[in-house]
Amino acid sequence: MSATAIGAGKPGKSKSLWSTLRGGDEVAHLITLVFAASVFLVTVFLVGELWLHSAPSRHKFGFGFLIGTDWDPVQGIFGALPYIYGTVLTSVIAMVIAVPLGVGAAIFLAELAPPGISNACTFLVELLAAVPSVIYGLLALFTLIPLLRSYGEPFLKQALGFLPLFQGPAFGVGYLAAGLILAIMTLPYIISISRESLMEVPRDQREAALALGATKWEATSQVVVPFARLGIFGSIFLALARALGETMAVTMVIGNDPSIHISLLAPGHTIAAVIANEFSEAGGALYQSALVEMGFVLFLITIVINALARILVIATSRKGTAQPA
Amino acid sequence: MKKWNRPLLAALAGIGLSGVAAAQAINAAGATFPYPIYSRWFDAFNKLHSGIEINYQSIGSGGGITQLEEGTVDFAASDRPMTDAEIKACKDKPLHFPTVLGAVVVTYNLPSVKEDLKLTPRVIAAIYMLKITKWNDAQIAKLNPGVKLPHADILVIHRAEGSGTTFIFTDFLSKTSPEWKSAVGADQSPKWPGGLGQKGNEAVAGMVKQTEGAVGYVELAYVLQNHMQSAVVQNAAGQFVKAGLDTVTAAAAGAAKSLPADFRVSITNAPGKSSYPISSFTWLLIPSKIPDPKKRAAITGFLKWMLTDGQKIAPQAPLYYAPLPREVIAKETKQIGEIQ
Amino acid sequence: MNRLTYRKIVNRVMLTLTGVFTVFTVAVLFLILGYLVYNGGKSIDWNFLTKLPAPPGEAGGGMANAIVGSAMMIAFAAILGLPVGFLGGIYLAEFGGKSVAFAIRYMADLLNGVPSIVIGIFAWTVIVVPMKSFSALAGGFALSLMLIPIALRSTEQFLLNVPSSLREGALALGAPQWRVISSVVVPAASKGILTGMILGVARIAGETAPLLFTALNNQFWARSLDQPTASLPVIIYTHALAPYDDWHRQAWAAGLMLLGMVLATNIAARWILSRGITVQKG
Repeated sequence: MSATAIGAGKPGKSKSLWSTLRGGDEVAHLITLVFAASVFLVTVFLVGELWLHSAPSRHKFGFGFLIGTDWDPVQGIFGALPYIYGTVLTSVIAMVIAVPLGVGAAIFLAELAPPGISNACTFLVELLAAVPSVIYGLLALFTLIPLLRSYGEPFLKQALGFLPLFQGPAFGVGYLAAGLILAIMTLPYIISISRESLMEVPRDQREAALALGATKWEATSQVVVPFARLGIFGSIFLALARALGETMAVTMVIGNDPSIHISLLAPGHTIAAVIANEFSEAGGALYQSALVEMGFVLFLITIVINALARILVIATSRKGTAQPA
Repeated sequence: MKKWNRPLLAALAGIGLSGVAAAQAINAAGATFPYPIYSRWFDAFNKLHSGIEINYQSIGSGGGITQLEEGTVDFAASDRPMTDAEIKACKDKPLHFPTVLGAVVVTYNLPSVKEDLKLTPRVIAAIYMLKITKWNDAQIAKLNPGVKLPHADILVIHRAEGSGTTFIFTDFLSKTSPEWKSAVGADQSPKWPGGLGQKGNEAVAGMVKQTEGAVGYVELAYVLQNHMQSAVVQNAAGQFVKAGLDTVTAAAAGAAKSLPADFRVSITNAPGKSSYPISSFTWLLIPSKIPDPKKRAAITGFLKWMLTDGQKIAPQAPLYYAPLPREVIAKETKQIGEIQ
Repeated sequence: MNRLTYRKIVNRVMLTLTGVFTVFTVAVLFLILGYLVYNGGKSIDWNFLTKLPAPPGEAGGGMANAIVGSAMMIAFAAILGLPVGFLGGIYLAEFGGKSVAFAIRYMADLLNGVPSIVIGIFAWTVIVVPMKSFSALAGGFALSLMLIPIALRSTEQFLLNVPSSLREGALALGAPQWRVISSVVVPAASKGILTGMILGVARIAGETAPLLFTALNNQFWARSLDQPTASLPVIIYTHALAPYDDWHRQAWAAGLMLLGMVLATNIAARWILSRGITVQKG
């Protein structure tokens, strides 16, 4: 869309300058298009590369790869189930802990706290999101793990040891530790986005509930939160996607055991952690392709969850802007 | 450009380029077993020849061999000999250069136990097969009369990645325990019956040091440098032997005579009364063709230094890697000539 | 008790609980900071900042090469990734046709969602293997891939926020579109775009996974971009897991340094944003 020459009657010398300037639009369009297209191309290239690189493994194992439990680089047998299990389990543990904590804190910040405190606390919470993963791992290794090993896990074994979930030796590292650290890492996302969703709920909704005699908590839990539920779910999915792809903090505290254990106290493994541990030694096309295939599977899972998250968050903001009459 | 800019720029360029030209950067990767001595060696060599910087990254023997196959490192290091298939996969046939002898020590963390625990190969195998789960199990108590063993879970720790140290350890267990041989076997990445994995000798040692009740297998230098406890292991002659300079050297004594030409040999469970049964050579894997003359000179120079002065550093405290037997050094010095 | 009292108690309890959760979350941040400052603060000394690493067991080593290595790779990633994201964002906001823009936006979101370890795999395959060497270049490339979608999205977002009246006014004065963008729209959105870029750079500064098999690590200085290099995040990872107390000390120090940089950058960026949003006139 070039600018129409409003002052069309410009004399001679400026006419050539003008045509150069008009040509500049095409140049600008082209340059920016090239860069934008390069993003497109690099992504296509990446996905294609993953697909190709994982070919030997896909052809040899097919869908059985996803349910295979054997990981034997020596024999050339690869199955991804223990890693998928560990990835999903640690993320679920993280959500179970982070969702009540996060939504609760978001409720406090959106509904109860005075604006100054709310903004200040939200700022601090968002800083938590900026802490690098490896630093969470460093801290977990020297603070969380000893605490879990010496106090947390023995306590759980004593109190809840009749459940198979809390049996077995207390290593400190394992599914529970990884789930806990993931919970802390994903908390800021849930709080920040849920808080925004809650703040977008129109005031008259709350006031109507209060006018009917509801306590503040009842108004919040039965009216406001359901109204904002799409955004809250969106934040949970976003947090889940982050937890699934986490590598460093998890590989430092998961225990790196490629088996499936029922007990949360047991060591396990995740997709990202096994790639980090074994990729540089994966000699031979099959071994490498098995790891790449798992990376591809992880990528697909996070795509789906990210897409769901975005749909939910967008749906919320559309709904939030619709003002009742 | 202003008149004074040009000489300044030239001077800076000169400094920059001379810095770059003088430093010969060589990249190597591999075993964590000899990392304590290698890091000291490469540091000492760099102090002697300030232009030669050999950057050694301990990523595990499996990693070293794979990166050598990919051609992304100038040479590699491994605690297990390469297989024929792996040698074929390399562009230029790699030559094995034994560097030192080391010991795989069974280390544990039991603050209440002051003595060194005596363990037999069968017991070690049973621990790693999760058949013995508590420290005060009858089998351990029988070997250690009079020692107060705690009623605590044994937390088994092994390697998380393809490891030459694991190969040495499982090779030893396969030779001494038929049960282990059929259930697990000897390899750099065996199917562990259980326990948790850590990356590198470093992380196994780190986790054992932090975790009461843990057991792991690491090279002697890590145990000594970090003041960790170690077990006394029964050897083929029935003697309980502590890992150390003399016992590791004794293990290599027989092997030196019958060494194959390519230096690929295992000395676990060696005969002899004072042999430490979990000993091993560790190798540098050098490509037989190094096209860059500067790199070739640097690497061969290091090898020569390693076989002479390096051997004097290895046995020093607190590393205690056993130096190579004289016959082996002589054969290796000849092999240096094969590097083109 | 009657129903009302019960409801009032529940009200009290639940609202207090939400406050407790908030305090807990904020406390975690301060705990992290406090721990790092306490453990790391006493380990950052002149040696740490200027010396190369010493072999394990020898004291007095430092992480100067990791600090410089990180800076090198971040700079390279920024030079590679920020222009791509910035100019691509301009295209999406100003020029893009509906379907082309949608496709590019979708791909950028896809790229953003790639787990960082998988980015590492990609960089290893396309740079390390053909170059036959681990390198700071490969590490920087991997980081730039993570930076591009962040820069792209924030550029597009802040450009779209500029009211169309500004554009129309400039066009009405006879300026060509490229001039409108460069002299009017981009400056109006500049604070936001800059903030997005700074936050993106802070984000990649802490990334470890993509560097594990691209830049690897180095005992010495990386003499050029095509050599492996040490970096703060990778050093923290390897040193935290090792048994040496001296290495733990250094890991804390490196952690403090890294976190300090990241947090300072974040705070600065948000401050810029809060100060500088152009007043939107209707």
